[in-house]
Amino acid sequence: MCPLKALQRLLKNIKSNKSMLLMMLPVFTFVVINSYLPMFGVIMAFKNIDYRSGILRSPWVGLRNFRYLFSNDLAFRITRNTVGFSLAFIAIGMVLAVSIAILLNEIRAKSAKKIYQTIIILPNFLSIVVVSYVVYAFLDPVNGLVNKSILEKLGIKGISWYSKPEYWIAIAPIVNFWMSAGISSIIYLAGIAGIDPELYEAAIVDGASKRRQIWSITLPMLKPIIIISLIMSLGGLIRSNFGLFYQVTLNSQLLYSVTDTIDTYVYRALTVAGYGTDNVARAAAAGLYQSVVGAALVALANFAIRKIEPESALF
Amino acid sequence: MAKRKMHDPFGVSAPVSVAIHALFILFSLACILPVLLVAIVSLTDFTAFRANGYSFFPAKWSLFAYKYLLSDFGLIANAYGVTAFVCIVGSLLQVVSQSLFAYPLCRKDFPFKGFFSVFILITMLFSGGLAPSYYIYVRVLHIKNTIWSLILPMLGGGYTIFVYRMFYKINIPMELIDAAKIDGASEGSIYARIVLPLSLPILATFSLFGIIGYWNDFFSCLLYIDSTKLYNIQFVMQRSLRNIQFIQDNIRYMGGSAASEMQKITAQLPAETLRMAMAIFGMGPIVLAYPFFQRFFIKGLVVGAIKG
Repeated sequence: MCPLKALQRLLKNIKSNKSMLLMMLPVFTFVVINSYLPMFGVIMAFKNIDYRSGILRSPWVGLRNFRYLFSNDLAFRITRNTVGFSLAFIAIGMVLAVSIAILLNEIRAKSAKKIYQTIIILPNFLSIVVVSYVVYAFLDPVNGLVNKSILEKLGIKGISWYSKPEYWIAIAPIVNFWMSAGISSIIYLAGIAGIDPELYEAAIVDGASKRRQIWSITLPMLKPIIIISLIMSLGGLIRSNFGLFYQVTLNSQLLYSVTDTIDTYVYRALTVAGYGTDNVARAAAAGLYQSVVGAALVALANFAIRKIEPESALF
Repeated sequence: MAKRKMHDPFGVSAPVSVAIHALFILFSLACILPVLLVAIVSLTDFTAFRANGYSFFPAKWSLFAYKYLLSDFGLIANAYGVTAFVCIVGSLLQVVSQSLFAYPLCRKDFPFKGFFSVFILITMLFSGGLAPSYYIYVRVLHIKNTIWSLILPMLGGGYTIFVYRMFYKINIPMELIDAAKIDGASEGSIYARIVLPLSLPILATFSLFGIIGYWNDFFSCLLYIDSTKLYNIQFVMQRSLRNIQFIQDNIRYMGGSAASEMQKITAQLPAETLRMAMAIFGMGPIVLAYPFFQRFFIKGLVVGAIKG
């Protein structure tokens, strides 16, 4: 088809679908502003940013900003922290959420089940700022519940939690589990509810024990959901919950060796006075590095989904 | 025993059942008690606090922290106002714009549905990152320190669009739309008269998500807002945890003579009870509304997860 004809058809299509295109305009505009313009903005990562002349006219510096990130141990540190915690969160969350769902499903009293369900997803609705208050109530070095009401009574010297990074290797996963375990178990609970009861009836007739039923029916039937959500979380491996690592840690610099992630670094480089415009470009470089790895992980995950569960593939 | 088995073939033995209940009671307590601790400390008398620290059993109760914060409600009332405005306008814009965008995507006769699906999909795969977004908001759109910098970041598309599309494909009978077209109805009135009434359940679910998302947001405020007048409630809380002086300064700043009397007393007031009272202001409305909305939330979550 000649290009002129194609263009004519396009114009005709646009004209005859005018009102529907108009309906799509608001989201189209938001997406352009929030997603597409920043995509072109990644050129910032290759520039020496000079606000007075604007991004487009700022001088190119090639890979200088990336070289800075990767020349010292900064990139290694923030990547290790980000990916390490993501892996821990996924593994712990998965095992415990499935266990919680299986146990919750064994509860026969409907009202009790409902009450437990309601309570354990409550923390999910609290903002990360509220969570940081709750954590602070426990860990405040002077008056905190742990130091003052537990350790002091046991005759142990209080620990200054916000300056000892080693403890946060455990604290961050605990807090994350507290916030999200309930909500993720609900998804698995729905999966269990969908399993055909006849399978269990047959197993009981054959004299299978409860444990046997869980191993041979419940878990295999849940496998697709487990695999899908594992793969989904793979894409998020290189992202971190900014609020958790910035606000819950009170942005304590003494903890950075463990709690500084790509997201907290980007924020800091971008906004903290004294970091200078060089750091804006470095923030852009770190962000681009994160996005590229993230996109590769999503593509990889999708490839895996297509092999295992073709219907669930994203594209 | 045999009878019981007939009645409940899937049940576990009594001791196991007791153990499971015990486990869930403990887990439920672990979810509630920390929040309760914040509430209790906010109601603790400050001399008692000084002696015992954070404790579930205060030696003496007191409403002083609340009296102090309410002595000049300006700062908190203003933050509530900002949050309420952002929640209402933001979630409304979100829901209306997204449903309008998703509806044409489910129409078989819409020639651009492939293009717009890919348009959204690309944004789910790749993002420019925070630095370029920040630059665009601050230097191109110039919306730093305006209320729009709190609303705009959560508008757009993503996964939600596909959930809407799925919902429309299942729930909107295409014959109805064809019939309306034959009768000469415009696309606008088809949307308003047929699609909108049928999509109320999904609109309700996503409005809820939107409201909670906006209510709990402190990041946009952290990035884009410098002026006290536009602080939302989460950000006031965030500031108070990092620096208690912040509350005291701003209560003075916001004016009000009732505060000056209180000012003298707070010199000796432990920051913690004040802080925890502040936390109650920040989470109160969500926690109070929680029993009512959690049912919808579970429904929406399960639909999104299983169908998606």
